[in-house]
Amino acid sequence: MKAFLILEDGTVFTGTSIGSKKEIISEIVFNTSMTGYLEVLTDPSYAGQAVCMTYPLIGNYGICHEDQESLRPWPDGYIVRELSRMPSNFRSEDTIQNFLKQYDIPGIAGIDTRALTKLLREKGTMNGMITTDAAYKLEEIIPRLKAYNTGKVVERVTCEEKTVLKGEGPKVALMDFGAKDNIAKSLNERGCEVTIYPAFTKAEEILKTNPDGIMLSNGPGDPKECTSIIEEIKKLYDSEVPIFAICLGHQLMALATGADTKKMKYGHRGGNHPVKDLETGRVYISSQNHGYVVDTDTLNPEIAVPAFINVNDKTNEGLKYTGKNIFTVQFHPEACPGPQDSGYLFDRFLKMMEVTK
Amino acid sequence: MPKNPDIKKVLMIGSGPIVIGQAAEFDYAGTQACRSLKEEGIEVVLLNSNPATIMTDKDIADKVYIEPLTVEVVEQLILKEKPDSVLPTLGGQAGLNLAMELEERGFLKEHNVRLIGTTSETIKKAEDRQEFKDTMEKIGEPIAASLVVKNVEDGIAFSNKIGYPVVLRPAYTLGGSGGGIANNEEELVEILENGLRLSRVGEVLVERCIAGWKEIEYEVMRDSAGNCITVCNMENLDPVGVHTGDSIVVAPSQTLGDKEYQMLRTSALNIITELGITGGCNVQYALNPNSFEYCVIEVNPRVSRSSALASKATGYPIAKVAAKIALGYTLDEIKNAITGKTYASFEPMLDYCVVKIPRLPFDKFISAKRTLTTQMKATGEVMSICNNFEGALMKAIRSLEQHVDSLMSYDFTGLSKEDLLEQLCIVDDMRIWRIAEAIRRGTDYETIHKITKIDNWFIDKIAILVEMEEELRKKELTEDLLREAKRIEFPDHVIAKLTGKTEDEVKALRKEYGITAAYKMVDTCAAEFEASTPYYYSVYGGENEADGKTDKKKVLILGSGPIRIGQGIEFDFCSVHCTWAFEKEGYETIIINNNPETVSTDFDIADKLYFEPLTPEDVENVVNVEKPDGAVVQFGGQTAIKLTEALIKMGVKILGTSAENVDAAEDRELFDGILEECHIPRPKGHTVYTAEEAKKAANELGYPVLVRPSYVLGGQGMQIAINDEDVEEYIGIINRIAQEHPILVDKYLQGKEIEVDAVCDGEDILIPGIMEHIERAGIHSGDSISVYPARTISETAKKTIEEYTRRLAKSLHVLGMINIQFIVCGEEVYVIEVNPRSSRTVPYISKVTGIPIVPLAAKVILGHKLKDLGYTPGLQPEAKYYAVKMPVFSFEKIRGADISLGPEMKSTGECLGISESFNEALYKAFLGAGINLPKHKNMIITVRDEDKQDIIPIAKRFSDLGYKIYATRSTAKVLNENGVKAVRTNKIEQPSPNLMDLILGHKIDLVIDTPSQGVEKAKDGFIIRRNAIETGVNVLTALDTAEALVTSLENTDIQKLELIDIAAI
Repeated sequence: MKAFLILEDGTVFTGTSIGSKKEIISEIVFNTSMTGYLEVLTDPSYAGQAVCMTYPLIGNYGICHEDQESLRPWPDGYIVRELSRMPSNFRSEDTIQNFLKQYDIPGIAGIDTRALTKLLREKGTMNGMITTDAAYKLEEIIPRLKAYNTGKVVERVTCEEKTVLKGEGPKVALMDFGAKDNIAKSLNERGCEVTIYPAFTKAEEILKTNPDGIMLSNGPGDPKECTSIIEEIKKLYDSEVPIFAICLGHQLMALATGADTKKMKYGHRGGNHPVKDLETGRVYISSQNHGYVVDTDTLNPEIAVPAFINVNDKTNEGLKYTGKNIFTVQFHPEACPGPQDSGYLFDRFLKMMEVTK
Repeated sequence: MPKNPDIKKVLMIGSGPIVIGQAAEFDYAGTQACRSLKEEGIEVVLLNSNPATIMTDKDIADKVYIEPLTVEVVEQLILKEKPDSVLPTLGGQAGLNLAMELEERGFLKEHNVRLIGTTSETIKKAEDRQEFKDTMEKIGEPIAASLVVKNVEDGIAFSNKIGYPVVLRPAYTLGGSGGGIANNEEELVEILENGLRLSRVGEVLVERCIAGWKEIEYEVMRDSAGNCITVCNMENLDPVGVHTGDSIVVAPSQTLGDKEYQMLRTSALNIITELGITGGCNVQYALNPNSFEYCVIEVNPRVSRSSALASKATGYPIAKVAAKIALGYTLDEIKNAITGKTYASFEPMLDYCVVKIPRLPFDKFISAKRTLTTQMKATGEVMSICNNFEGALMKAIRSLEQHVDSLMSYDFTGLSKEDLLEQLCIVDDMRIWRIAEAIRRGTDYETIHKITKIDNWFIDKIAILVEMEEELRKKELTEDLLREAKRIEFPDHVIAKLTGKTEDEVKALRKEYGITAAYKMVDTCAAEFEASTPYYYSVYGGENEADGKTDKKKVLILGSGPIRIGQGIEFDFCSVHCTWAFEKEGYETIIINNNPETVSTDFDIADKLYFEPLTPEDVENVVNVEKPDGAVVQFGGQTAIKLTEALIKMGVKILGTSAENVDAAEDRELFDGILEECHIPRPKGHTVYTAEEAKKAANELGYPVLVRPSYVLGGQGMQIAINDEDVEEYIGIINRIAQEHPILVDKYLQGKEIEVDAVCDGEDILIPGIMEHIERAGIHSGDSISVYPARTISETAKKTIEEYTRRLAKSLHVLGMINIQFIVCGEEVYVIEVNPRSSRTVPYISKVTGIPIVPLAAKVILGHKLKDLGYTPGLQPEAKYYAVKMPVFSFEKIRGADISLGPEMKSTGECLGISESFNEALYKAFLGAGINLPKHKNMIITVRDEDKQDIIPIAKRFSDLGYKIYATRSTAKVLNENGVKAVRTNKIEQPSPNLMDLILGHKIDLVIDTPSQGVEKAKDGFIIRRNAIETGVNVLTALDTAEALVTSLENTDIQKLELIDIAAI
């Protein structure tokens, strides 16, 4: 069956329908990772977006459920050049086709994903529609696309109640704004007892458990939409508990302490972004997924200073909070998918917790 | 970290002659590195014995020494040039080994020369089997259970412990020389003995066999600050067991999940960090297909063939970045030249799929075993890019130029299903064709997978191609079907064949439906950033990114495709220089080529690079987009010449000599007419069809005669016959190879073979010099030792040669290059071959004479006149140097290949000896080819009856040098009777001690064995020659070569070599 991807600038790509047949409107973004499509699909940060994979051959090794970063796929839609008809891997349990159908996620295959990527690169992230209705009317659809707003998505993806991963080491409170499982796993593997809290948990509730450290997770959407969460983070900042934050958590901490964030033209999504640790001068290849960035012009050095920058576009990739045991990064040290080079940051967090103990 | 200011003058060591396992990729890497160093204001001194390379050009380095790659030479060069640093990581294993020896001797330290790009500790840790094992164990990286052995007994004991099969890997050899898999003790002993001998340090690693696992490679880079990145990973379609150089390789990996991908990536970064490499490095893994278990197979602490492939596959210039790192820069300080925006400290992301297929030499070595093992056999490779695997595979197949264009090209339909399944276990270059046939017969994937261990994902892709064949055969060719067939890159003529249409009909249908090739850019970043470097590949179905618009005139330069015996790196040299020359003339240059090892496919050589197969259809697609003002075909060897007709049909103007005149030189009748017109004699000959006619012709001409099929290139199937019996035998063979073509019987003239390259501007000619072959006519010119200037022919003969060249060039209306081969008997000059194009000898003759013939040819093609270019037409004055070009062979790599020289070319590369004295030049050339004598001063002589008289003086001279001569009965008799002491020894079928014992005893320097005529008769000699080669003994099969060798040995002392900077010529 034919499917159509219609962009707000009027561009239409015609391909084949995959997954669900339902029609969706979403923000269209692209990811350049060559492996890790399942991790991308199950990363809650993609809630409210339809993701296009720039690597053209997707699904080659099937679905290995244990690689999922959450219980389900989150994107509104999925865009690929070609889906493998026969996955091959000793762990493969299913195909992407089935997986998408199971969760009622529509997709489109067989389009020129490179042309789409170039368009998004040149014009910036756009809204779009995936539909199987060949009788679509552009003049009706385009205003709807332009009016579309992703809105508040954190509430869709955060967990409903707190859960605990047992451990003998430091106790970490993990704020789940749409956390990838590997964040908790990375801490837990290092011995931490990790308590995962829903995004809208009050700061007091967390602080009264006397955690050794607080971890603010990644998550979807515009950080400025998270007004109530930002209020709670202000309180966490005021506590003396060590804090480590990733991605959305990093942006929220910046907003909570008076800095500003801005939307990027087309964001960073992939597994090849070089980030430089400004303290050591070392460069690490990182996994990234963000469409917003902390505006360093708005930083007050008495509060926070840049700790990492992106080698390519020099955007901010991490902050160190002056006089505080707080450091935050824009990229994903938990990898999955992507390089594991910055996993040492979890060790740094552990050390920080030890020192303050 | 910025550049180290102490580095001002760097000695770069190249990789020497092209041999199997060390080919053009090091010219590419070295050239890129030299340019990268010069960009930084570094003075570059280059040492490489290979004159066919671009890196040995004075445009590339400041000082160029084409000298033998021996420790003595490097030491002398360091004393002469006083570089402050040596960069050894870009010259392959040869360069690295030399650096190690210098370091071990303490020479570098003594003369305050630093090794940059690596350290000797790093090299040792990566290359020394035991140290490597210890290092891997230290950082917890698994390697297959293994033991380094120095003798056969230990090997047997260890193999019994870990169980067969075992893999054997000799230390410090290239291309896995002497390695292999042993399934039992007998095989173990055979391979191990050989490996111990070939290893520079007499060590072989015996290892648990992980054959059948997935073979995965990572190309990684690290700078001195410790920043690491992976450029690319690659997956071999052929599981572990086939050398990666002989495997079909795909980039990026296709069947690895992110968990596996990152596991191995992290491992590779840990390894490069522990080894302390600053620059590029290649790590090879075996990955258990049924678990996360993996083993590190090998680490190459330098740029390699795989890194050349990775560079071309991703657009990331590994050699260039490695050179910058060697100077002290860190990755985040080096700009990514493709995007101009990002930095070298990032990882390329591909939005396409790359397939590499090796080019194997079995068409030249018909008797050789086609089996692929851990010993590399490929002479070259092709690469293709597409946004689907099927398409990339199809494109790569047709790039091979081996008469294959689809998965139907090798015919296995004659086999029963049982036989076919049985043959599926054969691991050779036709395996995927057998798999395709098995799929056609309905064999399920699991069965194929069980036998071949090839991942089902790849098998499914082959199945998709087979299904398309079926659909095209059975269904109507609808728009959708045609679109899909083109998406997976079925060429028009294959579609035509399957649908019963003509190629033109298919093309017309495509036009009607608007199915055309679109070009996408290789940009290192999957379109995330805008790229400025036009490096393209084609796909069907998608937006076209190639923009044909320009204000300049456009020239299309056709490359020479994969490196193979007979068409080597020389043609890449010519293509690149042609490109540069046109650029200087204000043209926009466009290259089409498919060889990832070469300089011509580097993204910054031409203004635009199309990485595409060199078939008419693929070239036409580019022409449709670019609409070039003209095309140049005379520099890309036969590959480009073959496209002439197609280009004319497309309406592309051929720049230079016209197609009709190219044809005239190749068509015997037309050519005979031209010779007659020019009053130029050629050896008498006849065209015949049957053995009877051939014998009649031969008797009329008088034996010996040269028998060959017409319209076969490069001496294929050519033989010298000395009697009726021979003629009959050859005609039989020829008819098996090429039926229905006339056979040529020519008088065989035993004169001096002379070769000339010339440039003609339509009026005048310029001959840079006359080259003379040491071996008599009958040995392919590419396999002969060539001497410039010609020494043994008279001035009159030289004048005649000049005159004949002028006449032929004018008569053929040559505009550009012409290559002519002559035979000179006394004062008589005969023409035997004319090629109105660039030849193998062009780089050599232009370097030793200092005359840039390719740029000159390019200029005359554009209408300039030689006179206006500052040259006096005619034969140029002789240079004050003798330059000897020596062929280099890779016989030890190809089991079962006959090494005796004849009219069919067999050498894979060449090296140069240059000196004011002929003898020294000759000595250098032998030395460069690895013939470093004397050692034990024992030799074996066994010659055919015709050569018995001629061998006497040669043997005497060897004897006078102190050589002890062993000879078989009749040869010994002749020698002893003529006062040359020779020890008679038994032939191989006679009891021990016999010839074979002598050879295997490792005390023999040299075997002179001239093969007797005829196929059956040669068997005995064949075994002697093979065993000698495999034991590392030098074998000469022509008396002229032997005489040259003894001459060089008589006259020169190694300590006194005079090194010559050819950039100053």
